[in-house]
Amino acid sequence: MFDASTVTTLWWAVVVAGVYHGVNPGMGWPLAVSAALMDRKRGAMTKAIAMLGLGHFLAMLAILLPFSMMVFLVQRETEIRMGAGIIVIGMGIYLLINRKHPRFLSRVHPARLAWWSFLAAMAHGAGLMLVPIYLELCRYVGPQTTVMGHGHAAAQALIDSSVMTAFTVALVHTVAMTVSGAVLAVAVHRWLGLKFISRSWFNLDIFWALSLVVVGAFGIYSAHAGH
Amino acid sequence: MSANLKPDPTFYPSPRIAMEAPIENFAFTVMLSPDGSQSDGIAVVDLRTGSDTYGEIVHTVTTPYKGDEFHHFGWNACSSSLSPLSGHAFLERRYLIVPGIRSSRVYVIDVKEPLKAKIHKIIEPEEVFEKTGYSRPHTIHCGPEGIYVSTLGGGGADGTDGPPGIFIMDCQTFEIIGRYEMDRGKQDKHYDFWWNLPQDYMVSSEWGLPPQFENGVVPEDLLSNKYGHSIHFWDLRARKNVHTMDFGEQYQMALEIRPAHDPTRTYGFCGVVVDTTNLQGAIFTWWRDDDGNWQSKKVITIDPRPEDPENLPELLKGFSAVPPLVTDIDLSLDDKYLYVACWGLGEMHQYDVSDPFNPVLNGKVELGGIAKGARHPNGKPVVYGPQMVEISRDGKRVYWTNSLYSTWDDQFYPDEEGGQMVMARVGDDGSFALDPDFYIDFPKGLRAHQIRLEGGDCSTDSFCYPSV
Repeated sequence: MFDASTVTTLWWAVVVAGVYHGVNPGMGWPLAVSAALMDRKRGAMTKAIAMLGLGHFLAMLAILLPFSMMVFLVQRETEIRMGAGIIVIGMGIYLLINRKHPRFLSRVHPARLAWWSFLAAMAHGAGLMLVPIYLELCRYVGPQTTVMGHGHAAAQALIDSSVMTAFTVALVHTVAMTVSGAVLAVAVHRWLGLKFISRSWFNLDIFWALSLVVVGAFGIYSAHAGH
Repeated sequence: MSANLKPDPTFYPSPRIAMEAPIENFAFTVMLSPDGSQSDGIAVVDLRTGSDTYGEIVHTVTTPYKGDEFHHFGWNACSSSLSPLSGHAFLERRYLIVPGIRSSRVYVIDVKEPLKAKIHKIIEPEEVFEKTGYSRPHTIHCGPEGIYVSTLGGGGADGTDGPPGIFIMDCQTFEIIGRYEMDRGKQDKHYDFWWNLPQDYMVSSEWGLPPQFENGVVPEDLLSNKYGHSIHFWDLRARKNVHTMDFGEQYQMALEIRPAHDPTRTYGFCGVVVDTTNLQGAIFTWWRDDDGNWQSKKVITIDPRPEDPENLPELLKGFSAVPPLVTDIDLSLDDKYLYVACWGLGEMHQYDVSDPFNPVLNGKVELGGIAKGARHPNGKPVVYGPQMVEISRDGKRVYWTNSLYSTWDDQFYPDEEGGQMVMARVGDDGSFALDPDFYIDFPKGLRAHQIRLEGGDCSTDSFCYPSV
């Protein structure tokens, strides 16, 4: 069952998704540049980056934790993973069809970056993008149901492990996201200049939505294959 | 609905970057029929360097209706889109939102190809009334929640059923979404508004209610100080009036709001048409102090000019003087020069406002004017006085037109008719003088009002990042 290279690949997927989210201006790194320029105090950028990261981390947990609670339904594992895949694909299709941006995001006070980052990640399904990867990881990490048998203690151990994995996935993802966003923010602030913001900002709306569809499809495929 | 793959090249992160951008190729200027006998429209003026038709109207977009009375207008999208907070970085600066101030009809005009500009959508007045309860749409700004439109009237036939306010339109579909205000506080009149996006405040101003302007200025109301004399400070995203500042009741008609363009600066200007105690025009500087309280101070006064009543229109005979009538102001993108239109005197003033509390008159152009009628350097007449003023992004060209508002033109300049657009050049040393070769006479029977420049100008774009 245990496959080291598969697990490594899955963790890399978590990191790559983090970098993908981090370099996307839509997830907020230009706000850190703005904070540094507006405030002119040391630490303004660091604080902004930290707030954006915190919001993103909480958004990841808000999506992953409910799934981690469900893993004790071992017999339903395939259905859960199929269902998760369908939800992720559904979000992707929704974003493909509804190209209007959620207007409530623009009502957030510009200083409340953690809250904005949380809402932006939720509205764009950033957390959902991790779900199929996370569920696949849960199959490899932690106690193996096949050898442990069933019962209350086993179920508890399973939940503890999956919750732990959810935290780790969210953390690793957010660190990757924050570091990559921070690199761009610092580079623009110190060397590249503000023009870089408009020059480097690509419209990823369709690509983003398709990413969700692909990840969702992977979830369904792996659930099917792993069954 | 269309989206770019990258942000529109005319979205500029900071005012300084906007100043360094390529210069404008076209201007869009309102043409209005004062008596509603013709359709209103937008004139497309060629400003391409070296073009054979430079300085000429090369295309016009006219409406299928009459009696709209075009006045102010604005872009569907601007540099405000470059904040991730707005969530719409990929809009195109492509459509002009042009409201009819008299009809309450709103036109969306596609100017992607300026020489083939055409009407994209018409929003009928009934829809405006029904969805907002407001009437007589006026100032347009593009911002966080879409397109914001200020109105001068409330509901009912004469626009006095409820206060006027701002409504929001979707920036992609141009659907009217609804009212902006959640808590308007003391605000019961409206005119202009603008904001500072990163600092999250908005400032709005007051002209008067529709019965006070539609059929001309009401002298009794003016002399009893019943026009607007307050400005309002708003928590922009919470949509809440946090402070109403009364300049004093003699400061009648607090009109144009011009915040500093650099978002780190927490001050701006407001022009007052007339001080009823002495007929002066005035400019106030408003700012937020270190304790977070809004303050204001009168920083510029412009004196009236004594005149023989024989030479004056009926309205002014009793005063034996020409009031300056400060009807429009505009601030260059470097926050250095404030241009002040003195529509009565027939003068365009250029103030150095590097120190916003101590402006210095740096230059002056005389053109038109009540009982004066100063001619253009090319020898041709310019009716009325300098009015709607727009500055190029680089600050080197200042364009203006001369009509204030149909019925008011007729009161203050009863014997004149026409429309002109002129341009003054600003040297690197700050010198300010009319370009003798730039003079546009508008088609017969049409007057000229607000000007917008292709790619943005000094009263359009709001910036999300400071100039550094």
